[in-house]
Amino acid sequence: MSSIPISLLDLEDDSPVNLTPDEYQKREGKWCSGCGDFGALNAVKRLLAKEQLRPEKMAFVSGIGCSSRFPHYVNSYGFHGIHGRALPVATGLKLARPELEVFVVMGDGDCTSIGAGHWIHATRYNTDMTVLLLDNNIYGLTKNQTSPTTPQGHTSNTSPRGSLLPALDPLQATLGVSNASFVAQTADWVPAHLYATLQAAYDHPGFSFVRILQRCPKFTPDVFTENVKNPDLTELLVHENGINAPGLDKLFKAQRVHDPKDLDEARSLAQRRDMLRLGIFFRDDSFPVYDEVRAVPPVSPEEKIKRLEKEFDRYAV
Amino acid sequence: MTITDVPEHTVEIITNSGEGAQKCAQIFGQTCAKMGNGVWTVEIIPAEIEPPHHTVTSTSGNIIRFGSHKITNWGDQSKLAIAFNDQVCLSRHRLGSFDDDCIILLESAWEKSEDESIRKMYEEAMEEMSSRNYRFIMVPIEEETLKLVDNPQHGKNMFALGMLAEIYQRDLSIIEKQIAHIFKKKPAKVTEINIELVKHGMAWARDNLDFQFNIETIPAQEERVVMNGNQAAALGAVAAGMELCAMYPITPATSVSHELAAIIENYGGIVHQAEDEIAACGVALGASYGGKVALTVTSGPGMALKTEFLALAIMTEIPLVVLDVQRGGPSTGLPTKVEQSDLLSSIYGQPGDAPRVVIAPRSIEECFHSMITARRIADTFRCVVIVLTDANLATGVQQFTKPEFDVRWQQEPTDFSPIPEGLRPYDWDPETGLSRRFVPGTPGGAHTVTGLAHDEFSNVSYDPESNERGCKMRSRKLAVFQSTLEPPEVYGDPEGELLVVGWGSTQGAIEEAVDRARAQGLKVSSCQLTFLSPLEPGLKKIFSRFAKVMTVEINYSDTLGDPYITEETRRYGQLAWLLRAQTLVDIDCWTSCPGQPLRPNDIYKNIVAQYPKGASK
Repeated sequence: MSSIPISLLDLEDDSPVNLTPDEYQKREGKWCSGCGDFGALNAVKRLLAKEQLRPEKMAFVSGIGCSSRFPHYVNSYGFHGIHGRALPVATGLKLARPELEVFVVMGDGDCTSIGAGHWIHATRYNTDMTVLLLDNNIYGLTKNQTSPTTPQGHTSNTSPRGSLLPALDPLQATLGVSNASFVAQTADWVPAHLYATLQAAYDHPGFSFVRILQRCPKFTPDVFTENVKNPDLTELLVHENGINAPGLDKLFKAQRVHDPKDLDEARSLAQRRDMLRLGIFFRDDSFPVYDEVRAVPPVSPEEKIKRLEKEFDRYAV
Repeated sequence: MTITDVPEHTVEIITNSGEGAQKCAQIFGQTCAKMGNGVWTVEIIPAEIEPPHHTVTSTSGNIIRFGSHKITNWGDQSKLAIAFNDQVCLSRHRLGSFDDDCIILLESAWEKSEDESIRKMYEEAMEEMSSRNYRFIMVPIEEETLKLVDNPQHGKNMFALGMLAEIYQRDLSIIEKQIAHIFKKKPAKVTEINIELVKHGMAWARDNLDFQFNIETIPAQEERVVMNGNQAAALGAVAAGMELCAMYPITPATSVSHELAAIIENYGGIVHQAEDEIAACGVALGASYGGKVALTVTSGPGMALKTEFLALAIMTEIPLVVLDVQRGGPSTGLPTKVEQSDLLSSIYGQPGDAPRVVIAPRSIEECFHSMITARRIADTFRCVVIVLTDANLATGVQQFTKPEFDVRWQQEPTDFSPIPEGLRPYDWDPETGLSRRFVPGTPGGAHTVTGLAHDEFSNVSYDPESNERGCKMRSRKLAVFQSTLEPPEVYGDPEGELLVVGWGSTQGAIEEAVDRARAQGLKVSSCQLTFLSPLEPGLKKIFSRFAKVMTVEINYSDTLGDPYITEETRRYGQLAWLLRAQTLVDIDCWTSCPGQPLRPNDIYKNIVAQYPKGASK
């Protein structure tokens, strides 16, 4: 649905934006020192500067949680909503204003627990937006409760004897949804990969789902320690259509050529627990995009009233 | 043959679900409207699609009240009924739907059924109904229909329509046109056979019935339309310029989205069927955030789920229109039936102080206009507007004057002009609480809206002053809006012994009851409210001119004198609560929640019963 008045299109500002990464940051992030959210914010700032997006032409939509403070720190329009419900808001915004660049930032509780229903359906709608799941495996803002992605055995205030169930895997879940068109995983301790993944997600037409693995310095400081210390425990998914970031070759010896178009292989890799895998698991740019398939031509108010008057003839007595 | 002149009649067509009662009634109602009668039709629908046939719970049908004058409600008991079997007839009898001298044209097949259990059921039903004075006329509906078609399930309704056409001398050419219109997508022979069935029904009635009724028809001077309240609301949403309706299927609201889905894309808009009620509200809110006020449509259980998003809309001051087609509650309650029980939850059903506008259209015509009003209020005051209709308006069909279309109904284009230096996203005018909305895309306006307490910059702010100020400004807008309203009109004399106050869909029935009481010399007037939050001004003054004020509502209230029910424990009808709190007047109430619209006669009886003792006539 295009609701842009013609006059606005005429006024489209082509002048250069000239903003540096730091100028895309509105204010100091109020996260704890060492929080993975800073890494995500830095990568986003770099992306926005690279793309030179106009602050008024983009919107960051979030839910509730530490990660959902994200929009407050970005020099753009922002929508800091309610827990688990960023995706419906972002969907509505994109339907009404398809010309805006829409980003969604969610935490693991936000997306995979209270907002799980929306997550599945937003994935299927495949509305054109860049979606960041900042997954630190814990509820941070409410102070240390088990989330669906908390590793089995991990203790928290709600699981003092350790989480009893295997963690929910957001990649497997997303890859299981029909019409999922972009699913990637990256990590806060590999900034080059994180940045390159966000760039690929941004470039993808459709719902680009990026799970960013990160640590909460207060409640899950050790969840990825082994991987951080020993890069050999991580396998990079590489492909000419995948993530290609400078310097990663040297750091990560384990690499696997994976064609992001191969959904079966993507699902198979997502469920394997032998290594941590970073990269684009799946990408297909040809899937129906919701805001495109729902687009209808704009109609002027005068024309609408004219048509409506005629509509009433169907009900005439 | 006796032909009786009557000012109006109420007719029922009652069948199993799936036997085409709606189609028959629709054509009959349309024909009456086209001939110049006032008409109100109501659907009788089971909650299931097609429950087991020939049972009291399978009843599906339609009530058509029509007369020489304007008809504003479904009226009192039916004068004539066509029933396809004894069980569906019995279910209507048990509901007290038939007048004492009702003529019932009943399918004759069951009486002679070869199945003993059916004969037994039939006998028991007839025995139970013999307590009343109904005049049963046995009609071989199925047998006669079989003379023209192989499957009587698809044909009995048209035979019934033919009988009605003969009894009330309807214009066959209008009926023929209606049938042709309804079946225009089917092969021509479908139209032909249906018209043959109607003619056959007419002929049967001519040959076998000894009565007719004559209801004067006065062709309208102005252009008129006929529709139900959900259709009117859907068209109103389009007229208001709304371009996104997000919804999740729920009875009895869903047909609003059917109507919208069929047409809205010709108006630059879409209907988004969301994954759940919450998402429907979120998508609408997100779209509204994008500039143009969006709509979400639901009923009671959906309202409960949308609560959190409504608070967010109120907190962020993003306009939103919510249409709540009320049904019986609490919980899943009575999905297909009428109740006015969402008033207080619509106004107050929210943690925290969350002021919003609530309006209730009083007629089907107002269902159309209230959507335009709602959109305009939402836009002007950056607020949530809840429109409360109910199953009575949603499925009732009535004709009204074709509106005079006005392009100003449409929303003004979004203001994308650059934000002047120094202007803040919540630059509340201290007098009015109003501020310019910064819509994404507006240069210089980038900011983050938040459901957290915030200051004028939309910065999260937990300090006492900011929170007090935000609460005050959001509330102030309602007072400012109220200052634009006129006091409500009083129906009848502006002073007297008893004032009946209603809200929303009950207007027609209440005013009819008041007319009846006034004809008996009672000094009764009524006042039908449409703005519930904020309330219309001047109520206390209006109330002061009556010895007694009583609300009439379709919801629950305790009855004084019931076990444990005293002045201290009594729970009042919802409007009564509201008015008592707002005016400090000792307002009484008479409410009822039978799942049906109120009948003028029941209201009348209660007016008489509640009339102040010793008061002058």
